[in-house]
Amino acid sequence: MATMIKTEDLFYAYPAEEGEQQTYALQGVDLSIEQGSFVVVLGHNGSGKSTLAKTFNAVLLPAGGKVYVEGLDTTDESLLLAIRQRVGMVFQNPDNQIVANVVEEDIAFAPENLGVPSEEIRRRVDDALKAVNMSEFVRHAPHLLSGGQKQRIAIAGVIAMEPRCIVLDEATAMLDPIGRREVLTAVHRLNKEKGITVVLITHHMNEAELADRVIVMDHGRPALDDTPRKVFAQVERLRAMGLTVPDTVDLLDRLKNDGWQVPLEALTVDECADAICAVMHTN
Amino acid sequence: MLKDITLGQYFPGDTVAHRLDPRTKILMVLFYIIALFCAKDLITYGILALCLALCVHISKVGVRSLVRGLKPVTIIIIFTATLNLFFTPGTKILFQWGILQISDTGIHNAVFMVLRIMMLIMGTFLMTYTTSPISLTDGLERLLNWMKALHVPVHELATMMSIALRFIPTLVEETDKIMSAQKARGADFESGNLFEKAKALIPILVPLFISAFRRADELATAMECRCYHGGEGRTKLNVLKYQRRDILALVVSGAIMVGVIVLSRFGL
Repeated sequence: MATMIKTEDLFYAYPAEEGEQQTYALQGVDLSIEQGSFVVVLGHNGSGKSTLAKTFNAVLLPAGGKVYVEGLDTTDESLLLAIRQRVGMVFQNPDNQIVANVVEEDIAFAPENLGVPSEEIRRRVDDALKAVNMSEFVRHAPHLLSGGQKQRIAIAGVIAMEPRCIVLDEATAMLDPIGRREVLTAVHRLNKEKGITVVLITHHMNEAELADRVIVMDHGRPALDDTPRKVFAQVERLRAMGLTVPDTVDLLDRLKNDGWQVPLEALTVDECADAICAVMHTN
Repeated sequence: MLKDITLGQYFPGDTVAHRLDPRTKILMVLFYIIALFCAKDLITYGILALCLALCVHISKVGVRSLVRGLKPVTIIIIFTATLNLFFTPGTKILFQWGILQISDTGIHNAVFMVLRIMMLIMGTFLMTYTTSPISLTDGLERLLNWMKALHVPVHELATMMSIALRFIPTLVEETDKIMSAQKARGADFESGNLFEKAKALIPILVPLFISAFRRADELATAMECRCYHGGEGRTKLNVLKYQRRDILALVVSGAIMVGVIVLSRFGL
């Protein structure tokens, strides 16, 4: 499979306050994200996960190393629009990324900027709304929608650029559980049906269950990078990095510590129940 | 409580008045204002009042809501009426007391001045009542497009206006939240004199400003992420197009304006 985003020895430092030691938010990140994959980036506050996300579409430029989006160098200013059109980004607060006071006008914002002809914009707006299951809200005022709905509008606004990749920078952090589920369903659908690469930055462990790959950031470096099963099995390391493991894994871990021979690689409640039943049968 | 404030009131509808191109409506209001300032006597005012009444009828906007629009300017109307009534020198003095005098021209001026202000406000309100803020800014941007040649940042101004309109409800909601938070800590907004009340607003304004700046910063990043790079090469989802009705409306209103100007200049 082709590579969507590739980082090479990536460093980034926020401007330091006077008299303070310059600290690097990213310290030599080497990653490559496959096209069409669903990648979840986890990490506690200050681990550099948001910083990493912002380098993916040239919101932040590397202080050292390189970031390539489908081979395009993010430091090349002439490629800026091409890169941002390929990698769309959704932020935490839905209120602060909606531009217009009618839903369809907001979704049309990005294609309007790209100079897409009117009829084509109309088609893209309708497609994008359908993709996030919000078609009936086309003429609504965004400020009257719920958090999850607003965030789906924000996602639709990004999809209207027809990007190859969407980066969600803690896009579920301000939502209630229902809104979070709405957004995750929409994102998974985009990944499956349209083959859009998804990079989901979050600190909710359970959002990683269905991912193809989980990257755990710690001190500006990827500490763990594997399938969700293998990452969550490393309970001790996750705890040492200040992360909580999913409840199912936590339960299995405690059973194991009590002397039960259970595997740690169960993510959903059903898998967890099966694993426990299997062990009880053998005993 | 703050939610009740409506700015740029717009009553959605589907009449001809609503469907007219915003540019047409802006120009028509312009014609109307010019004619109104040229009008001098009963006949010309009568013609304009008739036109206004016709437009109100077509737009199906209730007369009551138009009259309600006059409320904030009542003081100005009374003020100009009094000034014109008492301080206009005239040939025929009807009443005199000290420097105050009422002359026949004074009465004439006062009546027509009040009529002028009232009709001016009702006419412009009719436009904002029948045009959504978004299409109004859109229309303004297109109408002022020629000023780009004079390096007037027309696109930027229009974008600023529409973003401001977009954020009014968000900031109103936020103000409500901050007020509740400060009340919960014992802030008092109701008692005290005017000066104390104004001072009590500081704990609301400071957090509101800080958060507005933070919002602006995030919005700018989000806009850049969606490839915003100014007005250059920008297209539109809904392109404004003059229809036959727009041309008809413009021709008729233009003719009425010319008619009124000629009538008030040369008489019948």
